Amino acid sequence: MTVPSHARKETLIRRILAGAAGCSLLFLGLIMVFLFMEGLPVFSIVTAKDFFLGFAWYPTSDPPEFGIFPLIVGSVAVTAVSSAIAIPLGVMTAAWLTEIAPKTVRRIVKPVIELLAALPSVVVGFFGMVIMAPALQDWFYADTGLNLFNAGLMLAFMSVPTICSIAEDALHAVPVSLREASLALGATRWETTIRVVVPAAFSGIGTACMLGMSRSIGETMVVLMVAGGAGIIPYSLFDPVRPMPAAIAAEMAEASFRGEHYHALFAIGMVLFLFTLAFNIIARQIAEKNRQALD
Amino acid sequence: MKRITMALSLFLVGMFAASPVPAAQQELIINGSTTVLPVMQKAGEAFMAANPGISLAISGGGSGNGIKALNEGLCDIAMSSRDIKNTEVEQGKAKGVTPVRTAIAVDALVPVTHTQNPVKELSTAQLRDIYAGKITNWKDVGGKDSSIVVVSRDTSSGTYETWMEMIMKGEKVAPSALLQASNGAVVQAVSKNEKAIGYIGFGYLNSSLKKQNVNGVEATPATALSKKWPIARELYIFTNGQPAGVSKKLVDFLLDPGKGQKAVSEVGFIPLQK
Repeated sequence: MTVPSHARKETLIRRILAGAAGCSLLFLGLIMVFLFMEGLPVFSIVTAKDFFLGFAWYPTSDPPEFGIFPLIVGSVAVTAVSSAIAIPLGVMTAAWLTEIAPKTVRRIVKPVIELLAALPSVVVGFFGMVIMAPALQDWFYADTGLNLFNAGLMLAFMSVPTICSIAEDALHAVPVSLREASLALGATRWETTIRVVVPAAFSGIGTACMLGMSRSIGETMVVLMVAGGAGIIPYSLFDPVRPMPAAIAAEMAEASFRGEHYHALFAIGMVLFLFTLAFNIIARQIAEKNRQALD
Repeated sequence: MKRITMALSLFLVGMFAASPVPAAQQELIINGSTTVLPVMQKAGEAFMAANPGISLAISGGGSGNGIKALNEGLCDIAMSSRDIKNTEVEQGKAKGVTPVRTAIAVDALVPVTHTQNPVKELSTAQLRDIYAGKITNWKDVGGKDSSIVVVSRDTSSGTYETWMEMIMKGEKVAPSALLQASNGAVVQAVSKNEKAIGYIGFGYLNSSLKKQNVNGVEATPATALSKKWPIARELYIFTNGQPAGVSKKLVDFLLDPGKGQKAVSEVGFIPLQK
């Protein structure tokens, strides 16, 4: 009597869960279809070459110019700067937390770092605009404090928690037996960390870095507020840039519905989507490959 | 279908105008320029307090979007920081809408610099060359020997459009210009940077900035109203046909020196001469 009702309950729960999983897939699918539907028409206005490699972004001039090369370079540049700061900082913090810090310290510090991720991006942007920008002008004699470096620094601020938290989980998951074996063989603690623990957790650390980078490239508010917004190719760390999300956020409200500018902005969204997709695929690949290596 | 709804709404508006007893809740949908938005919000509050039967739904989406919404019958009043374009008049005609313009305030754009900048005056030609990237050092316009950091508004804003029309005259703003998303962001960027120049609406002027004279004229409410100030523009609202009924009530309120025009100066624009 109870067995069939149990079985029915099981099936019901299984279906509900499958439905929930299906929902997010469906939403992602619909968003993608919409994105490409609204973005692709831009190629009837400009050629793909002029769009991707064009240097001039004058969407409202007459005639308009839709060259997004400086925007792509801007996005790549801020991501590179932020990664250069956030990855070493995040991974080293994670290593310190798992290998060196006492348990009690770790129990306090880790949630605090994760709390950093909860800082609203507009607050980080405001800090960059009001405090950091004038400071950069004073310290580095930069023409403007609203620049590539400032944006990279603020983005690093936001991606350190992601990187640190995931890398810490990965390092923590390395079996104690591995560490003990290494120490038993006469390796020092430093050697154990660098040669045994970190390589064993490599896939997790790689995933952490990739997720941190995809967060940087997609972040909008911070780059809108502190990157400066000039559509040029940066030649120095202190040149202003106009990353793709900033252009979309600043211009979408005024772009006329289904007009050329509107389609161009959606096409930028498409490019941005492909970038994050690539980062996520790479993160998966790293995870897969190293799982096999460990086995 | 559209014609039926339009006829119906005209009928309703007519009924309201004719009847001495105010109907139940009447709603006016207002959309458009974010430059005009603060005026409308400020005046709108007082208007609704004075006319309990009428409610205003005010949203900002930009001048272009407002006029488009008016043409498509999606709003009753469009706010705009620029005059209507010929293409937009045509679009309205195609849908049976005749946008009618009413000026409600004057907005003057003022070039501003850091308070420590010794430069006091620029000509419109110099401004154009600075923004086009032809003049890149302050010493070329009588200032210190230092590079000029050009701060502009985003290409989509009404303020940028006005600047393009009145100063740039067909030239393009150099790509190296810092494009900021709001008047407030320009104030922030310029007040914190000795090398910077920017332009903002008159209402955003404060003591953290130095306003520049242009062509020998100082930016004041008087010079803006008399059109002596070279970068002044009128702010408009557009209605379908001459304002009538509830719309007319609101327009009259906005133009009243003691009511709407007070709101205009309170949010930092220049009231129309009366």
